[in-house]
Amino acid sequence: MTNSYNPLLLLLIGVPLVGAIGMMFAKNLPVRTTKLIALLFSLVPLALAVLLWVNFKAHDYQPTPAVNPTPTATPVDSVVPLFSQVFSVDWIPAFGIRFSLGVDGISLVMIALIALLVPIVIGASWEEKLPAGRSVAGYLGLLLALESAMIGVFAATDVFLFYVMFEVMLIPMYFLIGAYGGARRTYAATKFFLYSLLGGLMMLASLIGLYVASADIRPEGGTLDWATLRSIADQIPVGTQIWIFFGFFIAFAIKAPLVPLHTWLPDAGAEAPVGAGTLLVGVLDKVGTFGFLRICLPLLPAASTKLAWLVLLLASIGIIYGAIVAAGQTNLKRFVTYTSIAHFGFIAMGCFVFTTQAVSGAVLYMVNHGLATGLLFLLVGMLAARGGSVNVKDYGGVWKVAPILTGLFLVASMATIAVPGTNSFISEFLVLLGSFRTQPVWAIIATCGIVLAAVYMLWIFQQVFTGPIRGRAVVATDPGDDHLAPAPSLGEVRTDPHGIPAVGPQPASTVTVTSTSVTTGVDPAARTVSLSTDVITEADPAARAEPVAAPGRRLRFGDLSKREIAVLSPLVVLIIFLGVYPKPVLDVINPTADRTVIDSGHTVGTGLDVTADRAQQEGK
Amino acid sequence: MTGYPPATGISELAWLLLVLPLAGAVVLLVGGKVLNKAGPLLGCATVIASFVLGLLIFLDRLNLPADERTSHVQLFDWISVGDLRVDLGLVLDPLSMTFVLLITGVGSLIHIYSIGYMSHDPDRRRFFAYLNLFVGAMLLLVLGDGFVTLYAGWEGVGLASYLLIGFWSYKRSAATAAKKAFIMNRVGDVGLAIGIFIIFKEVGTTSYAGVFASVGEWATRSPGSLTAAALLLLLGACGKSGQVPLQAWLPDAMEGPTPVSALIHAATMVTAGVYLICRAAPIYNASTSGQLLVCIVGAVTILVGCIGGCANDDIKKVLAYSTVSQIGYMFLAAGLGAGVYGLAIVHLLTHGFFKAALFLGAGSVMHAMNDDVDMRRMGGLARYMPITFGVMFCGYLAIIGFPFLSGFYSKDPIIEAAFNAGGAKGWILGLAALIGAGITAFYMTRLMLMTFFGESRWKKLRSVAEPAGREYHPHEAPLVMTLPMIVLAIGALGAGAFLAIGDRLVEFLGSSSLGEFDEEAVAGHLPMPAIVITILTLVLVAAGILIAWVFVGSKPVPVTAPERVNPLIRLARNDVGGNAVNEALFARPGITATKAAVFTDDRGIDGGVTGAAAGLAGLARAGRFWQNGFVRSYALSMLGGALLLFLALLAVNAA
Repeated sequence: MTNSYNPLLLLLIGVPLVGAIGMMFAKNLPVRTTKLIALLFSLVPLALAVLLWVNFKAHDYQPTPAVNPTPTATPVDSVVPLFSQVFSVDWIPAFGIRFSLGVDGISLVMIALIALLVPIVIGASWEEKLPAGRSVAGYLGLLLALESAMIGVFAATDVFLFYVMFEVMLIPMYFLIGAYGGARRTYAATKFFLYSLLGGLMMLASLIGLYVASADIRPEGGTLDWATLRSIADQIPVGTQIWIFFGFFIAFAIKAPLVPLHTWLPDAGAEAPVGAGTLLVGVLDKVGTFGFLRICLPLLPAASTKLAWLVLLLASIGIIYGAIVAAGQTNLKRFVTYTSIAHFGFIAMGCFVFTTQAVSGAVLYMVNHGLATGLLFLLVGMLAARGGSVNVKDYGGVWKVAPILTGLFLVASMATIAVPGTNSFISEFLVLLGSFRTQPVWAIIATCGIVLAAVYMLWIFQQVFTGPIRGRAVVATDPGDDHLAPAPSLGEVRTDPHGIPAVGPQPASTVTVTSTSVTTGVDPAARTVSLSTDVITEADPAARAEPVAAPGRRLRFGDLSKREIAVLSPLVVLIIFLGVYPKPVLDVINPTADRTVIDSGHTVGTGLDVTADRAQQEGK
Repeated sequence: MTGYPPATGISELAWLLLVLPLAGAVVLLVGGKVLNKAGPLLGCATVIASFVLGLLIFLDRLNLPADERTSHVQLFDWISVGDLRVDLGLVLDPLSMTFVLLITGVGSLIHIYSIGYMSHDPDRRRFFAYLNLFVGAMLLLVLGDGFVTLYAGWEGVGLASYLLIGFWSYKRSAATAAKKAFIMNRVGDVGLAIGIFIIFKEVGTTSYAGVFASVGEWATRSPGSLTAAALLLLLGACGKSGQVPLQAWLPDAMEGPTPVSALIHAATMVTAGVYLICRAAPIYNASTSGQLLVCIVGAVTILVGCIGGCANDDIKKVLAYSTVSQIGYMFLAAGLGAGVYGLAIVHLLTHGFFKAALFLGAGSVMHAMNDDVDMRRMGGLARYMPITFGVMFCGYLAIIGFPFLSGFYSKDPIIEAAFNAGGAKGWILGLAALIGAGITAFYMTRLMLMTFFGESRWKKLRSVAEPAGREYHPHEAPLVMTLPMIVLAIGALGAGAFLAIGDRLVEFLGSSSLGEFDEEAVAGHLPMPAIVITILTLVLVAAGILIAWVFVGSKPVPVTAPERVNPLIRLARNDVGGNAVNEALFARPGITATKAAVFTDDRGIDGGVTGAAAGLAGLARAGRFWQNGFVRSYALSMLGGALLLFLALLAVNAA
């Protein structure tokens, strides 16, 4: 095997890693400088990802065949190279293990998503209040380390390297939850770690199985190189494939997570600091569904086909069950994680129905879910930081208090329930349409999930944002009577003896309630808007509806700051843009999706052989 | 890959029809407070511009020979994956252009009216943004060149409707009604979506041109799946158009500002179901059972809507039920099949005029009555607001089918066509339509009498809408509101005659996928002469008016609704059972399921996991017992292990 030295992917993994190591020495720097350095180290990978995308398109882009092309005997992989931007050197020659990196359409879009989300997350965590005794440098360093590992997972083209990165990814996330999380962080982190460890061990067993199985077939011995394994995948006996499949599947189903292996996610998501939680739900979990597409389908095609029913069953349960449980949540962060569990059901279903539309849809879903749920999770974090509570019951009528936050939340909600015009519509539509071709019954069950999605999303929206202004997180009855922890974004200056990030004095922001506008100052008491009767004008509908006015009641927070709007706007723009014009991303995904379907031994939807499609459909 | 020829000339600019209102919406939403003043004007301007362009394109179509009036504007390749290709393209044909004129025309008038109606609302910029979003999405719905673009517009108008019903979201009732509307619509959307999946699976494309070209082959190959698709599309249509069994959201949707009720929940969006069935005419033509079910849904809804309209005291809810019932007429016509589709569209247009006039009139009444909607508190208003009264009177005459006004020309042929269906089917459908006409006359007369005639009951009362307790000072609305009302009233009077005399509209529509209008299918096999049906209808209408006069006009109206009423009235007051059914079938089981699922998750699944962890901890404690430092116990465990290994080896060798 020849060595390749394309440095781009190595840099993508290396730069954040260097940043993470740098953070270890940044403890004595001023907090602001630390943050800027971290942001810089996360922006470089973003630029590199753009470069990666451009190079990929320039060298490897093959348009998918148009509708009903002439049937061709040419296998797709001879047209499209398996991986682009390859970096590959010997690593453990004794076992034929190499350090190989490369991207195909699927991993490219995921790496781009990571590179985009990390700077946004750092920007959104700019004034994150960390637990006592924790340094901001440590927090940002762990975020960068996580980025490095996540890119590594998606870029690995050697199954052993994939496994190593898969496990390495655990470590920063464990510390992010366990050291920087909420009240039950230790419990959540342990649970997260144990689940992941269990999955990792299963995967290790299967990995060894795969190596042994390849040694049985190849005269030159075992290998864990993806491309080689792919070329012999069809020769591995079905029985062996099924055993190997189970190990990988359990690892990925824990990570994705599929019901009933999901209960670690609500705890981890709810206890993780907002930035880490966003990356957990937005990217890290997708390693599971990515594994389905990278390992299960192409390397274990017979087992995947044979056990598809099991995945479809769990996926359907996840879609319906996750949605119902989401509707019953009273904790906003747990709510978001349960919506994700329902969404992972859609993605998993898309992977295991073996049509190009569904697989492309599933990959696009992974990206879109990262954008939409990322936005949702960050907004929940911003709301919680203001109100000092994640309890739905503590909020009400926030629309009047923070219209911009509400507007963005509405965009995120619409994307979550896949309303056309948002990115998620395209992916959900593709998954369902593609599933219906081969698995109509499962597809119909999944389609019913879109009603449940509307129920849980609009129900939460109604409770938190509509109605009269109310709830103890929103209104404080008198200045000294704060039931909850003081809301940090109200600009209180914290000076902590341990050199903890001070939530710096904020730029004066304006809190507006209709005609009344009060500029906030430094004194927390002055940063509130009086809601006493005399300021409410006749024209104020809120007053007409249900006068909340009681002398001394005041709002505990205001709308998003300019920084927060700036941080979130790329997500909003992408959500709308990819809803209207998904072609740039679909064009990248499609060839790989086609190849994945063909690798798994199917042709439906690939447009390669239409008559075979029909025969296969009718045969089922 | 549509089979329609590309558009030329002014028609190439059809994309602007969509982009203008959508751009308006984006600018208004993102623009911020700077646009608070100019916002309403910008909103109006974009929709009026769309209307003018639509009119130009429409006239351009008219100049073409009938068989060249369908053309296609390709925007871009929207979703292409494998052998799926979905274009974002527009189809310009008589059907879509008729809708464009209705949407932008009525839309413009209602935008203008809203300048006055919403002038005191601090959030009116947002209001106009949503209205623009609605117009854009609705245009996408009717102009899109395939089922997927239709679906996108379909859910887009649902979103706009959600935002506008809940516009005064600080009112709990508004927020609840908005959610209910969206969710019930989504139930219909599931049907539409699965219908589209079936279409794609069967014919491999979702564009109208492609699907309609393959319908013949599909119908012979797999008639079952075609009927399934037709029924699922009907489910979608029922959701959006408030037809039985998905009608309960529409009366609640009246929580939105009145211009919204007029535009979205009367004139345009709720007729989308009729559009869908007419657009998919080739599919329905191939499915007899699909058509029959459309007819049944229409006939049942006519009656359910009428009954609901009879006992409500909320002026807007009466009109909402009236809308439900009138759309029932359109469904009935659409279900009667080839040759009759055109009648559904004619009634859709005339209904757009008279119902919008009635709603705007109702809005004007509410404006005068401190936002109160209870007709029992009104009375004798004709004197105080003559223009509003005049407009509503025109709408009233039109909807009850007064001879030679709009409703007469559009509803009467539908009743005839229903009878024409032949046999028992014809009699049942025809009688339902006929009785519906009589009940319509009853509840509309009741509405007019309670609102405009009789004692001025409000003089002794104080307002109940927030802020409560004000005196009523009824007054006519400003010119910016009355002018659009007058234009709509003129339409209510004359549109029917203009569109129907000489079959002008139905002939024009004949060159689209609806197929030629067929006089034979409308009145070829009537069980009695057409004039008898007309006279019967008029007699029933007169009877309805008379009964209303006897019950409502001839004696004082009590301000509080009587408690002791017969079961029929109680049924009518309780939304004809619609909410009770929803409550029993979905809401309560749903809440129970949610609680059960959360319990299962916390105690069952997670409990299992934590239980296992606790068990493991216990096991560890037990394991500590062996690690006791005594050599003898280690020796024992070594012996046990060796034994186990030995046995295992034996077993392997034996196998």
